[in-house]
Amino acid sequence: MSQPQTSYPDYWKKPPFIKRPWLRWGLIIGTVVYVIVALGTMDVNWVRVWEGLPRGRKLLASFFPPNFADSRGVIIDGILESIWMAIIATIGGIILSVPVGLGAARNLSPRWVYLFCRFIVSASRTFPEIIIAIFAVKFFGFGPFAGFVALSIGTVGFFAKLLAEDIEAMNKTQAESVRSTGSNWFQWVNYAIQPQVMPRMIGLSLYRLDINFRESAVVGIVGAGGIGAHLLTSISRYEYDTTASILLVIIVIVISLEYISGYLRKWVQ
Amino acid sequence: MLRLENVLKRYKTGDVALKNVSLEIPDGQVIALIGPSGAGKSTLIRCVNRLVEPTEGKIYLGDTELTTLPPRELRKARRRMGMIFQEYALVERLTVMENVLSGRLGYVGFWQSFFRKFPKKDVQEAYRLLDRVGLMHMADKRADELSGGQRQRVGICRALIQDPDLLLVDEPTASLDPKTSRQIMRLINELCDERGLAAIINIHDVLLAQMYSQRVVGLKEGEIVYDGPPDGLKPDVLTEIYGEEDWEATIEDVDEDEEEASSK
Repeated sequence: MSQPQTSYPDYWKKPPFIKRPWLRWGLIIGTVVYVIVALGTMDVNWVRVWEGLPRGRKLLASFFPPNFADSRGVIIDGILESIWMAIIATIGGIILSVPVGLGAARNLSPRWVYLFCRFIVSASRTFPEIIIAIFAVKFFGFGPFAGFVALSIGTVGFFAKLLAEDIEAMNKTQAESVRSTGSNWFQWVNYAIQPQVMPRMIGLSLYRLDINFRESAVVGIVGAGGIGAHLLTSISRYEYDTTASILLVIIVIVISLEYISGYLRKWVQ
Repeated sequence: MLRLENVLKRYKTGDVALKNVSLEIPDGQVIALIGPSGAGKSTLIRCVNRLVEPTEGKIYLGDTELTTLPPRELRKARRRMGMIFQEYALVERLTVMENVLSGRLGYVGFWQSFFRKFPKKDVQEAYRLLDRVGLMHMADKRADELSGGQRQRVGICRALIQDPDLLLVDEPTASLDPKTSRQIMRLINELCDERGLAAIINIHDVLLAQMYSQRVVGLKEGEIVYDGPPDGLKPDVLTEIYGEEDWEATIEDVDEDEEEASSK
């Protein structure tokens, strides 16, 4: 206990996040200068933007009224195929993710397994689904199977990474307590780790299903099945009223998935 | 009987948590391990069931030397050592029953445990233990719905259903109020008595250590500085363990306190 002083400062300031002043100011000024220079190099032709506005209005106008009637069968088939593709890819991807995710958790796996699984995760995260889909179409031909493969690989990169991170953040003593009973590794995972990560994983699965459905529309554009192909066809044929109806269906499905997953997530907590 | 011979633990950081600790605990003896935070109490009991790997030395449980056991044998040996944790360490999203039955994991196969199909006598024993600690009606509740004292009693059931020879108890009362602390300590003591179990109880509270143990071991900076009867904890001994402080109030006669608690 120190002796009370005679006077105390009445002024206090929060210590800065970056202590060295030259570094702090260097970063701030550098960022500002970079943003200004970057904006300067972006060459915008404002005349063309201005001329484009009425054209955009005309394009939007041709979306209305949406036309379901002309290609109803095609839209329904495409949507069903997209939904099917999204569901199967989500399930397949998650099944593949579980071992990879367990392996990519540092607190669970020996170092070489960890590095190997992290490599798988990074590799599948490197390429966006559409690029994987282009290759999948080359390998397996046109159709939803290629889409399924592309989305599954995308799911592994997403799900395994988040699973591994959730495992790394788990409560250590709960895990310790199950290990101390003499359980084997699989029992340990089943009793100590699974209950801790399960609610979040269910939430993420639904979120991924949502992503996969939207992605299925994108990968369809390169020929990997689903609604995307019809979307592209209708645009290139200038049948914008059909395009509008396809977009509406996609929006409705994404919104309902959002509500369902929100509800389910609350329920599993 | 548990015997530690020159156990040394050096963490990767270079910190030496235990310095050549030797200790012998006969069957059925309950010892309290006291000492300041960081003295190596937790490390010591974790070295026994190898949640922490000792760096040097030997540990015998009966005739089994524990420090060199291969994984399968280690799991078998762990069944004989029930552990009770600070902050209970129940798996919070599992039911009380699952938490208790997880004490049998070392005895059943993976699929049996995966489908929660434990042998009939395990389930019966789980109910019997829950009833013994007064939580029979809580079996299907999720562990995180229970209060602190209730959780610790579930933790005790989980350790006991292993049918252990030895209990390793790590700060069982650290997050409990004084009354619940006493109840938990008394329960652990009674159960050790009923089953002839030996126990090592890490505990901060000197008073509780004196009340509920047959022998006290004082640890300081990884070394044993006191090993003797509870009433041998005089002010000079406590100063040796914890450092200079006024100890008179801590070691007052405890009988009165105990009677008050047990009449509840």
